[in-house]
Amino acid sequence: MSESKLEISLSVNGEQVTRTVPVRQHLVDFLRTEEGLTGSHLGCEHGVCGACSVRVDGAVVRGCLMLAVQADGAEVVTVEGLTDTGEIADLQENFVERNAMQCGYCTPGMLITASELLKDPKPVSREEIRNHLSGNFCRCTGYHAIVDAVENTINKRLEEG
Amino acid sequence: MLDKPNSYVGRTLSRDAAKRAVAGRGRYTDDIAPARTLHAAFVRSPYGHAKILSIDVEAAKQQPGVTLVMTGAELAEMCTGPWVGTLVCFDGMKSEPQHPMAIDRACWQGEPVVMVVASTRAEAEDAAELVIVEYEELPVVIDKETALDKSTPVIHPDLGDNLAFEKMIETGDVEKAVAEADVVIEDTFTFGRHTAVSLEPRALLAEYDPGTERLTIHTSSQCPHMIQAVFARTLGVPEHNVRIVAPDVGGSFGLKIHTFGDEIAATAAAIKLARPVKFVADRLESFATDIHARENCVKARMAVSKDGIITSLDIDVRSGAGAYSQYPRTSVFEANQILNITGGPYGHENYRATTQVVYLNKVPTSQYRAVGHPIGNTVGESLVDQAAAACNIDPMEFRRRNVMRDDSYPRVSAAGIEMRDMSHQQCLETLVERMSYDALREEQAELRKQGIQRGIGIAAFIKGTAPGPAGYYGAGGAPISSQDSCTIKLEPSGGVICMVGVTDQGQGVDTVMGQIAAATLGVPMESVRVIEGDTDAVPYGGGTYASRATAIGGEATYQAAMTLRAEILEIAGVLLQAEPDTLDILDGHVVDKGDTSSRISLAEIGRIGHFQVAELPNHIQPTLSATHRFRLRDALYIFTNGIQGAYVEVDTDTGFIKLLNHWVIEDCGRVINPQLADEQVRGGCVQGLGGALYEECVYDTAGQLQNATLADYLTPMAGEMPDIEVAHIQTHTGVSELGAKGVGESGTGAAPAVVMNAVNDAIRPFGGKVTAQPMSPETILKALGKV
Repeated sequence: MSESKLEISLSVNGEQVTRTVPVRQHLVDFLRTEEGLTGSHLGCEHGVCGACSVRVDGAVVRGCLMLAVQADGAEVVTVEGLTDTGEIADLQENFVERNAMQCGYCTPGMLITASELLKDPKPVSREEIRNHLSGNFCRCTGYHAIVDAVENTINKRLEEG
Repeated sequence: MLDKPNSYVGRTLSRDAAKRAVAGRGRYTDDIAPARTLHAAFVRSPYGHAKILSIDVEAAKQQPGVTLVMTGAELAEMCTGPWVGTLVCFDGMKSEPQHPMAIDRACWQGEPVVMVVASTRAEAEDAAELVIVEYEELPVVIDKETALDKSTPVIHPDLGDNLAFEKMIETGDVEKAVAEADVVIEDTFTFGRHTAVSLEPRALLAEYDPGTERLTIHTSSQCPHMIQAVFARTLGVPEHNVRIVAPDVGGSFGLKIHTFGDEIAATAAAIKLARPVKFVADRLESFATDIHARENCVKARMAVSKDGIITSLDIDVRSGAGAYSQYPRTSVFEANQILNITGGPYGHENYRATTQVVYLNKVPTSQYRAVGHPIGNTVGESLVDQAAAACNIDPMEFRRRNVMRDDSYPRVSAAGIEMRDMSHQQCLETLVERMSYDALREEQAELRKQGIQRGIGIAAFIKGTAPGPAGYYGAGGAPISSQDSCTIKLEPSGGVICMVGVTDQGQGVDTVMGQIAAATLGVPMESVRVIEGDTDAVPYGGGTYASRATAIGGEATYQAAMTLRAEILEIAGVLLQAEPDTLDILDGHVVDKGDTSSRISLAEIGRIGHFQVAELPNHIQPTLSATHRFRLRDALYIFTNGIQGAYVEVDTDTGFIKLLNHWVIEDCGRVINPQLADEQVRGGCVQGLGGALYEECVYDTAGQLQNATLADYLTPMAGEMPDIEVAHIQTHTGVSELGAKGVGESGTGAAPAVVMNAVNDAIRPFGGKVTAQPMSPETILKALGKV
């Protein structure tokens, strides 16, 4: 019930911010309401759907299962940050070209989860891609197009070394 | 016009909305946050059925940040009256009047009772916990099978019983056909309750300006004009003072064409407080208040001659609605559609179909993607497979003998549905080829020898799309347009603005409308901007539901573009002193029809038409805009058809089903954008597979929903789903010049049927048979007699 607050300092998409936040506020609510980073979405608020996925200190986490105060001192990267750095520009391009999204609500989380396969790309089967994305719920596409887009991106990166 | 070389129609083009989505720049309702926005949270009935004895809101009102606490009775004072979710087209249908929030009695767990409005959602929820409601539990009605028994309590005593609606269709003489049949197949099928699970929950932001008395609502909706009418009428605001904006919509699937009491309440709060009020359902609220669907039990019988010809079909459908019939589209459409479409691909002449829709103390049911079709197709196609097995005829061959012939249209089905421009035979032969049917059968037999149990499923289907005005909603008395509209304008720059009544929820409706407009006018795609989802901007329309956007809205866009094109050519003719029919428009230029040399650009026409009108003779008054509307004339629907194939492996020790391959051959008429059409089919299939294999809203005997989280209500995830091969047969519909039919629900409509047939094909040698969905591993093991 209490709205007690704490001051936190963290890096959000490379920018250092200091904010006073309610201790009960989730990281994704903090990013959306305090920082205006509305690319991360809320789908279930209990860690199942993956729509709120963000990177914290390099690891993909559920923004709805982590409190903002737990991110004190951390480096947080959202889909907006990944877009600005160009790190996943090829993946994004493939998502657009393959129409690997319809409503787009799961897309930021899906991209962040898929980006893990791109860091040090290895040949992967479609089944492995499917398993890797199994924690991200998409109600629109049926996943086939998403798997295509991720597969195309990995193959291209492997080709280009 | 549409078939010119390099036409935008028939071509895959990517969506602008996709480019925004990948950058996290989508703009959904909850992303919009005007200054001083308040947030609504609800106290909801914890009981399936309970009398409300008292409500104490004093402690809640004292909480920090709280600006308003409103009970159902207080909300009712701001409303013009309760809703009654009936349509006159459903003869004899009845429903209890329903208030947006419960007043004296709550009839399902989750029904809103008290609204709390505060500065943040967290504060509103804190205060809601302090609202004290005293309830007296009442008996619940949970089981649809016993809902009409004399010993079962009546939920709404004024209605006399728990019956919402009953109907019978009878054609020919079923009993005679059964008596004369060589083979009679009889079975009972049950279907679990599902819900849409759009990833973006229902969301609404209401703003009221007391000065202009204008109400602006941003909401995640498929049907802005319907919402405008319903909210205006319910809250007593003139319709023309209500603006509905649907920004990006994060999935909808039929969920977002309905009216929900909590959304009315939040809007009432915005009017009362003259401040923006936002309500976004959380996932628990979504499960406990979004419409449910599909809860049906069907007893069915098929009569067949020994050479494998279907002679009759009869079905009896018991459909479980919720506590009220959902306003304004009702809770009886699903049953009605099951009656319309079961056995729909086949040419039998004897058909009897009956249904009773009954009220239950559960979440109200209503339209969800492919309304009724997953049920009707599963029933019909399972009987077909069983009949084929009984006749010892291959199931593909059995269908080959029974589907309506491609040269037999127009005709009327045994259910009384007008059918035209369909292609069952062509679809079937295409499927045989695409799935290498004979080789697959050989592989199946070979693997059986190794103890691997695989099954091949086939399901032919029909799908009612793009309903016409003669049928249900508008004709039934609801403020829902079955027409749709386009206003198209040539701007001074030569750019084209295309405003449409149909809406996009990610299907690519805006892209498709842009392609039609650009192809018809002869301008580059880049110069067309499509506007949708704003009642202040677009001409009146029904929005997107029932696979209607391309079929209805696309034709309106085509017709509007044709009219604008004619005006442009008339003006060009005057300026160039040429006959308009010697001119054409290509790539944004009026050209000579013969050698396609450019005569004048559309930018020049736009400039003259807007700014240099003196260059035109007095009898020419350019409008450079056109509005067209389109509706079906006589038909109830534009029916489409297709066939699906599935290849699965069943682990007979664990009951696990592995989906290996899935094929869909379907006929949506003219395909505007092949990729978008394919993806509608794929996504739709997976939604159907979810229902067939995993999804069910489980209630206990007290009316408590047992699995209202995404961890407990299982949905299809990437790991379990197969790749899906899609092909289109394009038999243009004759009811429009564009020739497009609907495509959005065809995957969903038959996927449950084909996967159940595949599973049963796998376990048939063991004497196993499944007739209940979802087909959990436990269901499979029970069918195999292992548990």
